[in-house]
Amino acid sequence: MDIRVQEAPFDLGAETNAFAGRQTGMGAVVTFTGIVRDLDDTRMTAMQIEHYPGMTEKALSKIAEEASSRWNLGDILIIHRFGRLHPDEMIMMVATAARHRADAFQAAEFLMDFLKSRAPFWKKELTGKGDGWVAARDEDEDALTRW
Amino acid sequence: MDVLYFAWVRERIGQPKERIESNPATVMDLVNQLRAREPRYEAAFADLGALRVAVDQELSDFDAPLKNAREVAFFPPMTGG
Repeated sequence: MDIRVQEAPFDLGAETNAFAGRQTGMGAVVTFTGIVRDLDDTRMTAMQIEHYPGMTEKALSKIAEEASSRWNLGDILIIHRFGRLHPDEMIMMVATAARHRADAFQAAEFLMDFLKSRAPFWKKELTGKGDGWVAARDEDEDALTRW
Repeated sequence: MDVLYFAWVRERIGQPKERIESNPATVMDLVNQLRAREPRYEAAFADLGALRVAVDQELSDFDAPLKNAREVAFFPPMTGG
């Protein structure tokens, strides 16, 4: 399990290759990447991501451990950035490795659903017309009930 | 104990962290002590439904006891991913 919370950008290709390369006997690797986008066409110039150092790492580990207990996984990678990001920059990625693809796909979806509303990150959109905190969506909270 | 604020809660209160010397029994007691201080706290804690709380870095509830707690954090619903 590899969990990183960092301000610096990451190289999706290099991370994916390194993650896949260190697995043995895993038939499937699934990755998901989150990218900064303008949520409401407000002409966002940047997104400021705040987090709770200490709790963030604990919450991500807990979510990853839960995924490992539910699916037959070989490994999990989570990278989540904080600080000031610009549109089209990568915010985060998850990768899962499993012997079979169903485990890898489902675990990746589970990680994303829980990461959205149970990992202590907050996003603020910075625009020319003022700044605003991104509100949590009911759909994101509802998504947890399917697990 | 240390009390931490994040996102708009931090902005409304005007600081990220402070030390509380009193010993509130529950999270709600702590909230009421803070509310009684100044309007900026009253504003931040006006709608508890819009807030989440963590005790010692674990997501918790407003009726949770604070015995031996070292760190309490208040923040809006999280928006990771």
